[in-house]
Amino acid sequence: MDISIVSLVATLIVAATPILLAATGELIVEKAGVLNLGVEGMMIIGAICGFIAAVNTSSPLMGFVAAAAAGAALSFLFAILTQYLLANQVASGLALTLFGLGLAALLGHSYAGIKPPSSPKMEWGGLADLPVVGPILFNHDLMVYFSILLVIAVWVFLKFTRGGLILRAVGENHDAAHALGYKVVRIRVLAIMFGGACAGLGGAYLSLIRVPQWTEGMTAGAGWIALAIVVFASWKPWRLILGAYLFGGVTILQLNLQANGVDIPVSYLSMAPYLVTIIVLVIMSADRARASLNAPASLGKIFNASH
Amino acid sequence: MIRLEQRANPSKEMVMWTPVIAVIATMIVGGLLFVALGKNPFEAIRMIFWDPLMGANASYYRGQILVKAAPLIMIALGLSFGFRAGIWNIGAEGQFIMGAVVGGATGLALYPMDSFIVFPLMIVMGALGGFLWAMIPAVLKIKFNANEILVSLMLVYVAINFLSGMVTGVLRNPDGFNFPESRSFQEFPAANNAELWAGTGVHWGVLVTLGLVVAAYVILTRHIFGFNIRLAGQAPRAAKFAGVSPNKMIAICLGLSGALAGMAGLFEVTGPAGKLSTTFPVGYGFTAIIVAFLGRLHPIGILLAGLLLAVTYVGGDIIQSKLSLPKASIQVFQGMLLFFLLAVDVLVNFRIRLTNQGAV
Repeated sequence: MDISIVSLVATLIVAATPILLAATGELIVEKAGVLNLGVEGMMIIGAICGFIAAVNTSSPLMGFVAAAAAGAALSFLFAILTQYLLANQVASGLALTLFGLGLAALLGHSYAGIKPPSSPKMEWGGLADLPVVGPILFNHDLMVYFSILLVIAVWVFLKFTRGGLILRAVGENHDAAHALGYKVVRIRVLAIMFGGACAGLGGAYLSLIRVPQWTEGMTAGAGWIALAIVVFASWKPWRLILGAYLFGGVTILQLNLQANGVDIPVSYLSMAPYLVTIIVLVIMSADRARASLNAPASLGKIFNASH
Repeated sequence: MIRLEQRANPSKEMVMWTPVIAVIATMIVGGLLFVALGKNPFEAIRMIFWDPLMGANASYYRGQILVKAAPLIMIALGLSFGFRAGIWNIGAEGQFIMGAVVGGATGLALYPMDSFIVFPLMIVMGALGGFLWAMIPAVLKIKFNANEILVSLMLVYVAINFLSGMVTGVLRNPDGFNFPESRSFQEFPAANNAELWAGTGVHWGVLVTLGLVVAAYVILTRHIFGFNIRLAGQAPRAAKFAGVSPNKMIAICLGLSGALAGMAGLFEVTGPAGKLSTTFPVGYGFTAIIVAFLGRLHPIGILLAGLLLAVTYVGGDIIQSKLSLPKASIQVFQGMLLFFLLAVDVLVNFRIRLTNQGAV
């Protein structure tokens, strides 16, 4: 069997990045007390809008900007439903996913089979030529580093800033936060749109760099896996990296096994990422006391200021 | 300033009217979507909602509506119980597939036996396949507190891969040309879920669905289980005091919805689909979620909503061929419908009050 550990690690980072981006956004949303199950829909909208923008402007950067904007725009629909019209968050999230999948397929109808402009690798001087460390750490596109920076930024924001404290307060107890004079709804809408933008970026990473191509339904559950990874991370930002890379590792490993012609049919190998996600979810949820300690207390609850 | 004022009781009229408002709003915004696509909106809307029922080839389309409505209604009925109790099985698509695989495999194993027992046995095995697949999230939820939404959804992707493993492996048609598909059930009379009356589209699944609508209605309104379900959804604490075991509720709701989805899968694969293949899953399990909500989680409502969504499916096929629009445009339509429904649902529980800012 011919599997190089170095290339394995280097590619698993690429496989993990879309999920990491989406999960980071969803973490902020959930920390604000909102459960948005529409990640899959926002990702695929990001994937197609980013793809269209990048193809038409020949600029991957414009693609990512468009994807973030599209993801945020779609999430705004969810925000209107859940924050202003007080709709059930689970149902609204599902609606967002179904709608997003349909809309993306419609928008992408004439974009199948096109190649997007390629994204340049980040320049690190000669560092990329280093053995082992070079290909793993210094030979990626900009978005890989951006996703790590985003996690760090979110961690700093939640832990050390006043804004982060307010966001967490809204997520833990929206009535108390409201009584203190914080604009619960406005904060949540902003958090939801941040989550949408991140999911959009994650989707665009899939269509512009990871695959890179547009195919209908290409997210294939990545958005749902991002949701699971937030649970896996116990709502702690740095653990998102661990979760996403673990998932990326499983994906890449099974792809490598497929490529090496292991004697297991491809269909069964392709189940691996989903099965691992379930197992991980089970392990993290099994300790009820700890799971409920970490989850934001107002997660998924509807807030209506009565005065 | 607009303010939402909680109603003391959910408005009964609004429960009836919001789906209608949502459908109208979808038609309007959907019409705008067709304008954006450069098509005549009135023509497109007519093709989607009118032609399947009353248009030129309506006699054919009407049968197709029943064919498409049956699985949607059957799955949505099962889901509605769980949704009422706050148990979110959104992996019905996976249970639908597993029902088709397990039930279908049972039939294929008996090929070419010519006995009246084959088809009923397949139905039972199909329901069992869906049931067991749904019990995975149920058990993981009960034992390990794992989120049933995520687990049931992940299992959809596992089921899709399992299906493709089966039709490229043991279930592949031995007399075929190496295509990834099973033997045709249409050429296996004992296992074929054929049209009962030519041209009507009515197959066994349609009849069973009608029976299930009645059964679900009776259970929901006349049986203690239906009462417990409604109680668990509206007042979980009260339900607990009344002795309703949450774990039992999870198992029953997921198991029931899985069994119905599995049975729907079996009827589909032996009838309209005709064989197991990688193109078998078409998203009925997801559309059924829309049907359940649009039907207000009520059996009669689900019956109507299932028929409506089936009309849009058939209408979608019509605009696809006549206006050369992509199939996905109808999916957008269906997603939009759920959006608008959730949006106007605010009217059920709240009154909209215009108030002067500053007035107490």
